[in-house]
Amino acid sequence: MIRALLCLVWLSVFVSAAAAQDLQHILQTHADEVAKPSRGSVGDVVEDLATSGSPRAALFLEQWAEKNVWRDDASGRFFFASEDGETLALTDIDSGAETTAPADGFTQIKPNGGVRRVISTVLVQFQLSDPDAERRKAALESIARRGNATQLEPLIASLDTETDPDIRARKEQLITFLTARFGDDPEKRVAAIKSLSSDTSVEVRAALSQILASSTGVAPTRPEGNIARIIDPTNTPDAAYAELVEAGLAPPAVTASELRAELEANIVEGRVGGVPVAQLDTKAARQKAYSALAEAGIVPPLVTEDDKLEALSSHVFYEVYDEGNPAITDAARETLDAVETRVGWAQSVDLTLDGLSLASIYFLAAIGLAITFGQMGVINMAHGEFIMMGAYTGYVVQLIVPDYTLSLVMALPLAFAITFGAGVAMERLVIRHLYHRPLETLLATFGISIALQQIAKNIFGTQARPLTSPDWLGGALVISDVIQISYIRIAIFVLAMIFLCLLLYILKRTRLGLEVRAVTQNPGMAASMGINPDRINMMTFGLGSGIAGVAGVGIGLYAQVTSEMGANYIVQSFMTVVVGGVGSVFGTLAGAGLIGFLQKGIEWLNPSNTLAAQTYMILFIILFIQFRPKGIVAPKGRAAGD
Amino acid sequence: MTQTRRSFVQRNPSVLWFMAAIGLFTALVAVMSEATGAGLISTSFVKTLGKTLCLCLVAIAMDVVWGYCGILSLGHFAFFGIGGYAIGMWLMYARTEMIVTESLANQTIPATPQEISDAIGNQIFGVVGSSEFPAIWTFADSLAMQLAFVVLVPGLLALVFGWLAFRSRVTGVYLSILTQAMTLALSLYLFQNDSGLRGNNGLSGLQNIPGFQDSGQDIISLVFFLASSAALGLGYLLFAWITDSKMGNIIRAIRDDEARVRFLGYHVESYKLFVFTITAVIAGLAGALYYPQAGIINPAEIAPIASIYLAVWVAIGGRGRLYGAVIGAALVSLLSSWFTGGGAPNINLGFYTIQWVDWWLVLLGFTFVLVTLFAPQGIGGLFDKLVRKS
Repeated sequence: MIRALLCLVWLSVFVSAAAAQDLQHILQTHADEVAKPSRGSVGDVVEDLATSGSPRAALFLEQWAEKNVWRDDASGRFFFASEDGETLALTDIDSGAETTAPADGFTQIKPNGGVRRVISTVLVQFQLSDPDAERRKAALESIARRGNATQLEPLIASLDTETDPDIRARKEQLITFLTARFGDDPEKRVAAIKSLSSDTSVEVRAALSQILASSTGVAPTRPEGNIARIIDPTNTPDAAYAELVEAGLAPPAVTASELRAELEANIVEGRVGGVPVAQLDTKAARQKAYSALAEAGIVPPLVTEDDKLEALSSHVFYEVYDEGNPAITDAARETLDAVETRVGWAQSVDLTLDGLSLASIYFLAAIGLAITFGQMGVINMAHGEFIMMGAYTGYVVQLIVPDYTLSLVMALPLAFAITFGAGVAMERLVIRHLYHRPLETLLATFGISIALQQIAKNIFGTQARPLTSPDWLGGALVISDVIQISYIRIAIFVLAMIFLCLLLYILKRTRLGLEVRAVTQNPGMAASMGINPDRINMMTFGLGSGIAGVAGVGIGLYAQVTSEMGANYIVQSFMTVVVGGVGSVFGTLAGAGLIGFLQKGIEWLNPSNTLAAQTYMILFIILFIQFRPKGIVAPKGRAAGD
Repeated sequence: MTQTRRSFVQRNPSVLWFMAAIGLFTALVAVMSEATGAGLISTSFVKTLGKTLCLCLVAIAMDVVWGYCGILSLGHFAFFGIGGYAIGMWLMYARTEMIVTESLANQTIPATPQEISDAIGNQIFGVVGSSEFPAIWTFADSLAMQLAFVVLVPGLLALVFGWLAFRSRVTGVYLSILTQAMTLALSLYLFQNDSGLRGNNGLSGLQNIPGFQDSGQDIISLVFFLASSAALGLGYLLFAWITDSKMGNIIRAIRDDEARVRFLGYHVESYKLFVFTITAVIAGLAGALYYPQAGIINPAEIAPIASIYLAVWVAIGGRGRLYGAVIGAALVSLLSSWFTGGGAPNINLGFYTIQWVDWWLVLLGFTFVLVTLFAPQGIGGLFDKLVRKS
């Protein structure tokens, strides 16, 4: 019958424009069947509604199933209505005109479960053939979320009339899913399952695992049925024994606290089962006392560890598929394995992207340091505070300029200018006095670092300040269900690449770069060639600090801006430079790559714990430096110095 | 060599002065404390003084490794923390055991060892969602073992780390960064809940010493103060003796020109390793005395910044002289608690009030820059100038 109805429904889509009929009129011709619907009689009504071509037929079916249709006892007319205390808010079925009336004199129509199923099946068909593409899509998504066997036929039936290619593809996909899960013909099911193996989406994996849904059980012997696997109970003996007890196959075990309670309840003249209470401070004594009680029949018998193991080994613990046909579960298992393998590959690609983005963050944080520490040998513990200053500059600019794109464009050069100035000031006032005492620059810059951190805390407070990214940086680039990467991370990667190129250009292709390298190699000789080392040192330090400031804006977009944000990066940044090889921009790149990928790799091996990943990474770096004390890209020849 | 070697004390007049000063100071505090009934110094201040003495002890260890041997270690406060954790494990275990045994004793049936151990585990590890004893707590019930760990764990860690680092000739700022990395790794590890040491909750209630529950905190604090004072005195003697010996000369020579000492035929790595390890052990001992007075230890105490502060104290006090480290540590840590504790009067500038709770770190930071720039020898250096003039 349903099949016949379905044909009618999609026929109705063609005739709808031609002969739209008054819905109330149809309902009145079947007034009794509508008012007191039964599975047998509902067919005619639905048939007439379907052929009516009325655009409100689907709405009526929906409301009918939801028990929102009421009938006026006097006139016999039907209305959509919602009950509000004593009054009803009525809506005319055809015109949609709204009125109110007292609830007396109206009867609510309540179709039973069987009728509602018929209605909803037809409704699905209505929705799937709806002229509005959005409604068709919504109906498909509802099927995708809660698929069941009854939807398969309407879906197949609606395919022929589908004109939108996207929706058609989606329908075909859902037909495959539903066939795989609910099809009648096992061969078709297997074929449908096998056709899924090239898709890695979450939906496919969910559909396959639903086919493979299984439940555990226990029996004295291996039962019939589609057994997924036999479980070894000795790995989790307590849980397995509890399962045995639940199945009624073994006497309940007496837990330590129950045993204790029983003993307490049966103290007779300071003794339990002949054992003095004071001696009951060992497990053996307690069991002895309990056994005595059990023999006297006062308490249930004790189940010893040996009894438990005996019971476990004499029963079969198994997992059985809900699906009875082994051919189907085998096909599903095989397909799922194939899908999982593909997902594994996709995940490693995703992991690589993650590693790349973490590496670019480390690179950004460390690149300024690669100049001040790498080129000049100055340990600048306040480097992290320059990053923080850059991030707060971005925050302040956003407070003044409300447009996020514009404020970002303004913040980048401003952050550079501010931190460049701070860097030059620090070089002039402090660091130039300490060039011959490198360990003491560490201490002096640490002093500046704690002072700057505290000043930022006093100005901006302790809570994290947001640095909002513009809308076009929101969201993520989704390549598949597994591989996706947020635009912010891509932007940070691009920023890191721009810095790399810029820095290489400055160092290798400009007058300033030439002079920087000359001063690095031999300050005395450079000075005698007319280069002013003081000026170059100042510029170099300013450049390194300015880059830290711009990096701060980038990092601020991705992480929270706090007064302590710089401190979080300082140790990693130094390690990046040291691991990479001091004095080489490519070394810093290699160092950032190694540390970024390593951290993501360790996190992947031990996904629960970022802290542990960082710990192991640092240990690895300590060991790495043992074997390559000069870093990945070690300086060679005289430049190596010592 | 016709001149006979003078006695140890003659060569190191500061030792005598220092011993006299600390003896006098200890006696004064003891007499004025609440424990003796005078009550001129509150129990909490006695604790602060005791803690300061422990910080002085770790500062002279830092001074030996940095000021005398030239190794700027940013890991000695980690060794200090390890010592605290080692003793804290016993304190916490023993005290919890006492409480648990007491509460279980009220039951009709005596508790089995298993039940007691389960209850202790529940008490200690409940905060990190576990009740199992991790493997590192195996010896927590034994005071002797944990005391041995106070010495052994920092010592072994320093030995292995130092051996690896010195062997591959990691020196100067690289070594500083490497030790800082070690400290960071350790604190990150301890921050995890499954590290077995209660994650960021740390160990707490350490001020209650098992077996002394009947004595008040006034007595306990005085005992720990005296012990800290004795430890500082002995530590000072030990380091004065080490730095005064022939080995002390070599250690200083390594600081001044490592390559030359190596070419003279000395095995530089062994000397550095010895200094690094012995100072780590002393740092561990100082920590074991400090944390029972502080009452709580958590991984934040071990964070790299604490080790840098240690270097700050020594630098302000004056490197290369043991009393300088003591002065620096005592001065900065006492000033720090005076400023951050609200003891310092706020300065009203009319348009802005400087609240020292907020601005103390700024003051400290800039003071430190000034000391590094203009008084690299620290307070001790000024002191030396005065003594020499007179």
